[in-house]
Amino acid sequence: MGPLAVNDIISSNTNFFLAFVIGIGFGFVLEQCGFSSSRKLAGLFYGYDMVVLKVFFTGGVTAMLGLLFFSLFGWVDLNLVYINPTFLTSAIVGGLIMGAGFIMGGFCPGTSFCGAAIGKIDAMIFIVGLFIGVYFFAFGYPMFETLYKSGAMGSPKISTMLDLSDGVFALILVAVALGMFYVSEWVEKKFPREEY
Amino acid sequence: METTTQPKKSRYMNPYIGGVLLGLVLLAANFIAGRGLGASGAVKSVVVATTQTVAPSYAEKTKYFKEYKEEHSGSPLKNWLVFQMLGVIVGGFASGPLAGRLKFKVEHSPKITSKRRLLFALLGGIFFGVGSQLGRGCTSGSALSGMAVISFGGIITMMAIFGGAYALAWFFRRNWI
Repeated sequence: MGPLAVNDIISSNTNFFLAFVIGIGFGFVLEQCGFSSSRKLAGLFYGYDMVVLKVFFTGGVTAMLGLLFFSLFGWVDLNLVYINPTFLTSAIVGGLIMGAGFIMGGFCPGTSFCGAAIGKIDAMIFIVGLFIGVYFFAFGYPMFETLYKSGAMGSPKISTMLDLSDGVFALILVAVALGMFYVSEWVEKKFPREEY
Repeated sequence: METTTQPKKSRYMNPYIGGVLLGLVLLAANFIAGRGLGASGAVKSVVVATTQTVAPSYAEKTKYFKEYKEEHSGSPLKNWLVFQMLGVIVGGFASGPLAGRLKFKVEHSPKITSKRRLLFALLGGIFFGVGSQLGRGCTSGSALSGMAVISFGGIITMMAIFGGAYALAWFFRRNWI
């Protein structure tokens, strides 16, 4: 049955329309959770507001378990679902650069569009920066290409690499998430908290 | 709807309920389109589209744009993530007024000026723009969506993003606390 677009159950134009609808849900939930505020997002790194960790891991775990159950029920063929490819060196270097961008800018790309949508001028400037960064990468691609393509490993699942079944890995990740939620609640009590 | 002016009362959704809803949106994306959510990919599409329009001959002979063309058919703007990001803007805009958050402002710590905040927002955006290309996706496309499909690369990128930000948090603390 699923994924609907890959199995040609819905047309490509329907898929684009549903992308728009899914985007509305995505933007609405992010904004409702406070991801339109850089000061709330940055709280994660100073312990005064752990909303990012709570929402991010609850979301990731929910979708992961949903996909595993959908697959079990025969509703979705996981072999047809896109798995992000791994270019290990590029992923680590890119992630660290994004981390620097996060602590300086207080947003990530998705949340900046969400903040800009409700009038946050800092978010709009962050988006200007995003475009400059991507243009810089595109025009300077010869400089980045070796790094960009280094550490190619195909599209492995972390469960395969650890020699575990998807279900066992999912259970471990759920346990880790619950542990982090517990720590988050504790940390928030330790640091003075304000609402933005 | 109840309106409250008490400053201490949270006007945000409970983060765990919000997380479950976010997870359901991500699950829907995978079930319908066979792919996760994303944001930086839409920026990349716009960058490719504008370059192809403004400087077609440059785009024809430059490697980055040639590689993009080989991997994607059709117009770069007729892209799943572009439609999804348009939705994000609409969704965010719809949510703001429900909690009285729809207004123009530069949000920053009282200890720093708006100018400093905007300068760092610009720098942060530039870094995130470059990093998201190397990471093949940002916090949404690589980290969150990668976690949902148990991608090794996605989880590595996630740890690098948050690890990098924590490692540098001390140096930028004056901007936030």
